[in-house]
Amino acid sequence: MSAAAQGGWFARAGDALERPRVLGTVMLAPAVLYIVAFVAVPFCIAIALSFSDATVGDPTISSFVGLENFRAVMQQEAFMSALRNSIIVTVATVVGIVVLATIAVEILAREFPGRRLVQVLFMLPWAMPVALAAITWLWLLDSQFSPIDWLLVQLGLLGPGTPLGPAKHLYYLGREWLGLGSVVFVDIWRTLPLATIIVLAGRLSIPRERLEQAQIDGAGFFRVLLRIIIPALAPVLIVAILFTALLVIGEMSTVALLTRGGPGHSGQILPYWAYLKGIESGDLAQGAAVSLFLFPVLAAAAIVALRFAARLHRD
Amino acid sequence: MRRQARKTGFYTAVVLLVLFSILPIAYAVLTIFKKESELFDPGSNPFLYEQGATLKHLVFLFTGTPFPTFLWNSLVIGVFVVAITVVLAVPAAYALARLTGRWGESSGMAIFLVYLIPPTLLFIPLFRIVVWLGLANSIWSLVVVLPTITVPFCTWLLLGFFRSVPRELDEAALLDGCSRFTAFRKVVLPQALPGIGACMVFAFSLSLSNYIYSVTFISESASRNLSAGVPTELIRGDVYFWPSLMAATAIVAIPLGLAYGLLFDYLVRGFQSAETG
Repeated sequence: MSAAAQGGWFARAGDALERPRVLGTVMLAPAVLYIVAFVAVPFCIAIALSFSDATVGDPTISSFVGLENFRAVMQQEAFMSALRNSIIVTVATVVGIVVLATIAVEILAREFPGRRLVQVLFMLPWAMPVALAAITWLWLLDSQFSPIDWLLVQLGLLGPGTPLGPAKHLYYLGREWLGLGSVVFVDIWRTLPLATIIVLAGRLSIPRERLEQAQIDGAGFFRVLLRIIIPALAPVLIVAILFTALLVIGEMSTVALLTRGGPGHSGQILPYWAYLKGIESGDLAQGAAVSLFLFPVLAAAAIVALRFAARLHRD
Repeated sequence: MRRQARKTGFYTAVVLLVLFSILPIAYAVLTIFKKESELFDPGSNPFLYEQGATLKHLVFLFTGTPFPTFLWNSLVIGVFVVAITVVLAVPAAYALARLTGRWGESSGMAIFLVYLIPPTLLFIPLFRIVVWLGLANSIWSLVVVLPTITVPFCTWLLLGFFRSVPRELDEAALLDGCSRFTAFRKVVLPQALPGIGACMVFAFSLSLSNYIYSVTFISESASRNLSAGVPTELIRGDVYFWPSLMAATAIVAIPLGLAYGLLFDYLVRGFQSAETG
């Protein structure tokens, strides 16, 4: 009897799995449960923390203090500098990426001898763990032994009596704007491969006939680029911008390793400040408040961008 | 004549692009074999070997530092993260592409929203969860947590791959008497293998790359991975072991770069179907 019942149960389960809805739910469930447990739940804890007075010493979320953490955080000079720099670095990186990715795509969309090798070398910055990439730049931008400084001195651009002189070193990472500029440069450098792949995918979807027709009609390279390629790429450029912005705004290792947020706190960025507050100084509540700060802006920007991209795509 | 000029212009652009991409790695490789006396001599040409080369720093990296441990930990973490990602993301992406109907169509946006919650927002509460699970200072904390980054991304990428497989293929299999799951396993899955390959490479390198979870969850040297271990243990205070540091980065970067470069066309195809899907 039990065997028959079991057979019936299996058969019924099998039948149920033939219904797309049921099978779909079963296949989707593990991923959704995992994301709920390790993204949605911590996200709610982060919000709760930011309204509480929890510290590493007393990590229970017992008493709520309202917006007190946000108010306290906003009064810190380091936070305001971090907010400003996070926005500057993200915007500057995105602008650089849009320009460079458009150029890189025009190169990599073509067939040429040695293309394979170029692809491998081109992907290197993205393939490296970010922290290790930052270390290679730390060495290139070293205050004493930077080979870039050495080249500039040899070219007569740096040193006593030269345009960039009189010192023999530029101290890239020790100055406020040069430090931020270096961070932007490294961020552009490391995210360019991914952005290029995203845009290249869109570029290769443009029907070849359209490009050839334009060339037959006598349009030059730049005309084709401006009139056909860039408008057709607008939706994928938005996706690339979104990916780049998310990668840059959430990464602290470039700043943590290159400038350590310095000099002082003038080169601070939000994620690193959240880490220093929440983990190093143990103020969980304020750390959570710092890291949550940009989320509403980010979410709104992303939804608008994706809607826009979808509309462009349909037209 | 004009054609020649165009060709020269094109190759100049290629060379500049490649130089931009490899500059720090090329200089890192150059540094590995330098003698210290030359390295720290401000008068020497940093691009030449004027006093000969040495393997000392490379040997030191493997014998005098915990680098082999970091490498091994990263490898173990990477393999497990890839496995978890494939197990979770492949069925989820197929379900969203084929089975959940209208509900699945707007899922691309929903996945993006998950992706929008970056690690910097979650590391503080996740640290508490990791402690609660008893996984602090263990590589398993990263195995458990890193798929939060790879699963949404890979599901999104695979969604496009599954959508680009013609529906007629599954329908023909169903008419032949296959169950829905068998149709997925035998007919659709093989078509999506390049996409799954691309996802595995992405998941592996994203797992290696994460810094914030690695430094937050693990503070014991023996459990550290590359991202957290190399910057903290090979830089002691103000003492930088430059050639060994550069060796550590190059050893990791070059194989990963090769993997990405060889999969380049698959990655582009993956994004192509993800964007048009």
